[in-house]
Amino acid sequence: MKYETQKVALPFFMVAMALFALQVVFGLLAATVYVWPNFLAELMPFNIMRVSHTNLLIVWLLLGFMGCTYYLMPEEAEREIHSPGLAYLQLAIFAFAGAAALVGYQFGIHEGREFLEQPFWVKLLITISFLMFLFNTSMTLLKGRRTAINLVLMLGLWLAAVFWLFAFYNPTNLAVDKLYWWWVVHLWVEGVWELIMAALLGYLLIKMTGVDREVIEKWLYIIVGLSLFSGLLGTGHHYYWIGAPSYWQPIGSIFSTLEVIPFFAMVVFAFTMFWKGSRNHPNKAAML
Amino acid sequence: MADGLTKSAARNIFYGGSLFFFLLFAALTAHSHWYMVNTSTDSEGLTESVKHGKEVWEKNMCINCHSILGEGAYFAPELGNVWERYGGHDNPEAARAGLAAWIRAQPLGAQGRRQMPAYDFSEEEMQALIDFLEWTDGINTQDWPPNTAG
Repeated sequence: MKYETQKVALPFFMVAMALFALQVVFGLLAATVYVWPNFLAELMPFNIMRVSHTNLLIVWLLLGFMGCTYYLMPEEAEREIHSPGLAYLQLAIFAFAGAAALVGYQFGIHEGREFLEQPFWVKLLITISFLMFLFNTSMTLLKGRRTAINLVLMLGLWLAAVFWLFAFYNPTNLAVDKLYWWWVVHLWVEGVWELIMAALLGYLLIKMTGVDREVIEKWLYIIVGLSLFSGLLGTGHHYYWIGAPSYWQPIGSIFSTLEVIPFFAMVVFAFTMFWKGSRNHPNKAAML
Repeated sequence: MADGLTKSAARNIFYGGSLFFFLLFAALTAHSHWYMVNTSTDSEGLTESVKHGKEVWEKNMCINCHSILGEGAYFAPELGNVWERYGGHDNPEAARAGLAAWIRAQPLGAQGRRQMPAYDFSEEEMQALIDFLEWTDGINTQDWPPNTAG
């Protein structure tokens, strides 16, 4: 590692991988219910298995994003992380909040909106931890070098935090509830998370292929542009039958069809850069 | 195409285009909100009991087995049109009694069938939940689902 504080990322990955293993366990339990419908029906009903499974996915993925950011930021900004202590503290808060939610679910303690089931105080802890993370990484960026990669990455992370705030808004009108619920769920997965993933891909491609940064960063902008141009209005594919106006059917179907383009572009981008790359990277397994 | 495009041009297209599409999306969402409140849902019929019913729905996390208006866990039947399925349009009293009796009868314990847990609803919670399902059935979903099956 070029920078001492990059090792902050390690515990993030360890916690993320442990939670991933747990996610698989709950997923296998739920899958078993599809084969033997009465399996654990009294002890752990299907809805408890499912909420545990889906929430673990979200938590480990977010921890993975954080770990990646802590690893990448020093090299991109060319300086150490603003505060490693703060990073460990926000990890502890995040992991505690996630564990508390998971244990609570087994006892039926939750708010009941899909994927946003975390009790209010857990949502609050997640928000606080994420803000600490954003502060820590943004301070590192502000004092250091700004590249397309770390700017797009931070934009994606900040927007993820902004759209998360809709998790606190629960209208009594079910149709309106669903309208804004997708502002978290869809705008994360098919919106700002793509910014984060594309930035991480761009970083890896620079490191592994030796292709010129100018070329990689130009394509990064094109890909994240395609993501948001298609993904924002693509939310309309969730608005067909929930009481929204009928114009969402043409808008949603056209733009959500286009949503595959940025993903396909990322694949083409990665292969093209590998072929163009002049660097003979020692990690042969990763370059296969 | 790519050779003629500089990095700063790509960046400007990204920021400008994203802002444009976000503003368009936000405007359409605002209009949809207005449309839902005024046209497609029964705002006047959104009584305290319907609101309480939605709380019961959430407190018991029904969404992680059932779906409602097409979205949810797809493990148990769709409930957006359960009111119609129970004949609520023709005979609301019978539908109300039938839904309550079905929920009270759980768990059925039928071998080889998916099992709904027992829920110890008070009579008031039960009526509120059914009010919520009846209200939801009244949302103009452009005739979705196409039949009454769950």
